[in-house]
Amino acid sequence: MNLQFVVDGLLTGSMIGLGAIGVTLTYSILRFSNFAHGDFMAWGTYATLAVVSAIGAVVGKVAPIAPLSFGWPLIAALIIGMALTGLLALLLDLVLFARLRAKGQAIIVVMASFGASMALRSLLEFTFTSRPTYFSRAIQIAMPVGFGIRITPDQIALLLLTAVLVLGVHLLMTRTQTGRSMQALSQNAALARIVGIDVAKVVRVTWLIGGALACVAGVMIGILIQIRPFMGFDMLLPMFAAAILGGIGSVPGAVLGGLIIGLAEAGAVQLIGAEWRAAVSFIILMAVLFVRPVGIFGVRER
Amino acid sequence: MSQIVLDVRDLEAGYEPGVPIVRGASITVSKGEIVVVLGPNGAGKSSLIKAIAGLVPITSGTVTLDGKDITSAPAHTMVRLGLAFVPQTENIFPLMSVEDNLKVACGILRPRETPARIEEMYAAFPDLVRQRRTVAGNLSGGQRQMLAVARALIVHPKVLVLDEPSAGLSPKFVAMVFEMLAGIRKSGVTILLVEQNAKAALAIGDRAYVLVEGKDRHEGVASELWNDPVVAELYLGQRRKASEKGSAA
Repeated sequence: MNLQFVVDGLLTGSMIGLGAIGVTLTYSILRFSNFAHGDFMAWGTYATLAVVSAIGAVVGKVAPIAPLSFGWPLIAALIIGMALTGLLALLLDLVLFARLRAKGQAIIVVMASFGASMALRSLLEFTFTSRPTYFSRAIQIAMPVGFGIRITPDQIALLLLTAVLVLGVHLLMTRTQTGRSMQALSQNAALARIVGIDVAKVVRVTWLIGGALACVAGVMIGILIQIRPFMGFDMLLPMFAAAILGGIGSVPGAVLGGLIIGLAEAGAVQLIGAEWRAAVSFIILMAVLFVRPVGIFGVRER
Repeated sequence: MSQIVLDVRDLEAGYEPGVPIVRGASITVSKGEIVVVLGPNGAGKSSLIKAIAGLVPITSGTVTLDGKDITSAPAHTMVRLGLAFVPQTENIFPLMSVEDNLKVACGILRPRETPARIEEMYAAFPDLVRQRRTVAGNLSGGQRQMLAVARALIVHPKVLVLDEPSAGLSPKFVAMVFEMLAGIRKSGVTILLVEQNAKAALAIGDRAYVLVEGKDRHEGVASELWNDPVVAELYLGQRRKASEKGSAA
């Protein structure tokens, strides 16, 4: 068996994991499954692409940072794209989710997110067409690193970026007052208010983090694969699988769940064929949930 | 009478419009006092203090804290205004450590002040020090109650409001909780307390109100209320007869 699937799996797993952090936070803090989360990815990617083009139009062609396929405009655009995606999530919450949440029925909010997902996706198709596009058409040479594994400089950079972001979010959740407030809100919303936590503010932070990470995951897909309006929607089920597998509410769990599913998918493609790709992750999900219904890092409530 | 800290006037409150549970209740709490609110089940005791804490919508009347109108202030602003509330149940964050339960409540303190304040709470509640890394959901009932009270006190409230702190605790812990409250009052904290356990509450209280059908029907010095015929008639009647028949309950 060729060990190349490890690199492929880690990369897919990183994309799934970064997306799953947003899913798991929205689920545990706002208590609904946000089906529009995949479309935040796609919107973030197209926003980043638009900013890259705008920078290109203003400053002209910029040489990539060797040995990567992209230069500083993409990095700058990614940061702006993260902010824009966070704002998109905030805006959607303001006009849609917050109003429905106030009425108190979770299922209505879930259905609304499904509708928002379709609307966001259609808007992308309308604006950018459904033809795939790319950040760069340059071909990168994958370097052999032993054990039959080859990896491109872009892939190494993005794996490192994922590690830094995951560590950052984990530290934010466990070491800062904002993170503790988010944990508190997910465990007992009424008590959170009593101890002085401004719920509206914590909800805003949650959307900003989820949106920003969705943008990074989308841009990763854009750099390594391609940019399409459906790119995020196609990630939706693996992201939910990862969030549930890791244990709802757990940031490390979401990432670990993403890596497990990414590796399983990549391994399955090699061992039993590409058509089983999606099925394998769900077989693993079900097997883990039979043994441990709350997920890997999940805790039974009370 | 000394300075009034909490002044509740003609309060009307309830979860649904047109269905008031609290119907014109008035109580005052003076600085350094323990005031107890008693009453039969369904009298609206819990709703009264939840309304004061911003958790039940107020339809009319006023709540004044230290001269400032706090009627219907959002619940999350209450600690900043000086009112700390300890709910009856689910009053800790079960999946967070004891220390994080305390830290998360320190939002209104200056960050530099927080570690020292947490150590002060550990000094006041030594049982919690040994458990500082324990997940709060694993604490015993009495320790949970201690943590909930410590979490409320950590922000230097002008008044500490508790909803039935002895509910669901074994007799040993009930005694411990009331001892703790008496100790807290000695340290200068003003306390408003709702209790089912009238005898124990009156033993540590200064004054008490009897709430019936959402309205304060009687007020008096705590130590005298136990033998007050009006109170006996309003509320304590059957319960006291029952307890006098048995051994001293």
